[in-house]
Amino acid sequence: MKVPISFNKLPTSPSIDKVGVEERVARFQTRSIKNESKRQGLDLVLSMIDLTTLEGKDTPGKVKQMCYKAHHLHDAYAGVPNVAAVCVYPSMVRIAKTALNGTDVKVASVSTAFPSGQSTREIKITDTKFAVDEGADEIDMVISRGKFLAGEYNFVFDEIASIKEACGKARLKVILETGELCTLDNVRKASHIAIYAGADFIKTSTGKIQPAATMQVTYTMLMAIKDYYDATGIMIGMKPAGGISTSKLALHNLVMVKEILGNNWLNNEWFRFGASSLANDVLMQIMKLETGVYQSSDYFSID
Amino acid sequence: MDRVEILKTYKIYIGGAFPRTESGRHYTPLNSKGDPLGNLCLSSRKDVRNAVVAARKAFGSWSERSAFNRGQIIYRIAEMLEGRKEQFISELQKQGSSKAEAEKEVILAIDRIVYYAGWCDKYNQVLSAVNPVSSAHFNFSTYESMGVIGVLAPQATSLIGLVSLLIPAICSGNTAVLIASEKLPLCAITFAEVLNSSDVPGGVVNILTGTLDELAPGLAAHMDVNAFISEPLGSMEIGIAQAAVDNLKRKFSYEADWSSEKSQGLYYISDCLELKTTWHPIENIGGSTSSY
Repeated sequence: MKVPISFNKLPTSPSIDKVGVEERVARFQTRSIKNESKRQGLDLVLSMIDLTTLEGKDTPGKVKQMCYKAHHLHDAYAGVPNVAAVCVYPSMVRIAKTALNGTDVKVASVSTAFPSGQSTREIKITDTKFAVDEGADEIDMVISRGKFLAGEYNFVFDEIASIKEACGKARLKVILETGELCTLDNVRKASHIAIYAGADFIKTSTGKIQPAATMQVTYTMLMAIKDYYDATGIMIGMKPAGGISTSKLALHNLVMVKEILGNNWLNNEWFRFGASSLANDVLMQIMKLETGVYQSSDYFSID
Repeated sequence: MDRVEILKTYKIYIGGAFPRTESGRHYTPLNSKGDPLGNLCLSSRKDVRNAVVAARKAFGSWSERSAFNRGQIIYRIAEMLEGRKEQFISELQKQGSSKAEAEKEVILAIDRIVYYAGWCDKYNQVLSAVNPVSSAHFNFSTYESMGVIGVLAPQATSLIGLVSLLIPAICSGNTAVLIASEKLPLCAITFAEVLNSSDVPGGVVNILTGTLDELAPGLAAHMDVNAFISEPLGSMEIGIAQAAVDNLKRKFSYEADWSSEKSQGLYYISDCLELKTTWHPIENIGGSTSSY
């Protein structure tokens, strides 16, 4: 069990060798994956997806449709796993929870004035408690990037700790929004702060800012998780989100997780993909392996 | 001192770019004298896949362009081809044509492109119909583009065959993946260079070189390809037809002498179109008379 520590006891975060990261990441992308492992990998990817809709135009109908898709990915072919969770705004949590009643699909809710995080502590806590009360199993919070870049690390630390408290039993994913953090050093430092402040998961991006989940960023965050695990024996989950829309990229990510963190992280308890269009691409690849014929999006559900 | 001539590497054409085949392989076809024609990509099934993805991506905006604008762009292809006539003539000669034959083939190709450019904003008026129905509906049928068309260029010609099949397929707003003649592939790739410099958006035409045995079955079976056109394929015909059946592809094999001026026409366009019939409810005007 994680013991909260205060900010002044936080160990220092190491700096990052960007060139080294790029070389290592490039090597993950050259692994040859044979058909049998590919098939298993694709099933695993599907089971790790947080099917996401975070639009101003979301309606109850859209959320219900996505929830149906979450446990009926491709009814034309039996034996496809369900996704791990759906990810929605707090106002849609109750609808999603009702729609997913009786399934093993979890409901995650973004909170803390997502996506900018530009609001007061009280509002962020209220936002989080509302989502939890509505039935959210997981909370995806955003950090205050402005405060982080201004060097107010203790503010960011305390904020995460107070949201963790507001979460109760819900698991907390902390979104660093790496596209706004500018350097890998900052990504590493933010990961470090989030992990020590109480994050159960660290997550790259909101999906609203480019670049999002590049492999370099995910690698840096995985290394922060590994170092924490080596120091304390406590596992932290990882969720790259945004920009992962092809099976190939998702498989590269799995290779990276396996080689850095090992098999313990290769399940949806500890690793997730935040994505909206990835599921269909994975399904098309699975059907390609099953039928031997390249597929068309005409025969898969609309996202 | 004699200069050593550089043997051109002909790359494939996918999504408006000229990549090498992902397989990294090449082949060197010879002409009847035994001289090498060039180094050509020996494309793989994955290149077919990439080409179909590029064609599908280009389909939306190409099919939504106005018919008139598509006509302008097709005409532009003819203009660019006219400007590079000499290069095509010399490539055809290299591949075994006499000078007179080569000139005739290039000129006919240019004229054929102009012919189809003219059809772009006219075929729908000629083909469409208002249908008499015995109910209170205004019923009309119009033609719409299908999607991605797989094209096997005729084997015996380098230029005129591919122009004769490709241009009518794309002039209605379809996009295409074309597999060049295996033994006479030079003009196909040079034609890609013409397309690339003539306002045809990237991905509308994608051209691969390689063997029919390797590329054609994958293209015919691809679920995201909506029609498959070629000349008669002999022993491959049945296999290709079976591969094409999964998504009910339209499949046409045209037996024609492509160098004849008669081997062009409206039906090469309409074969790659879908007929849409609309039933539009109206007031029953049949029994009523004017109130004036």
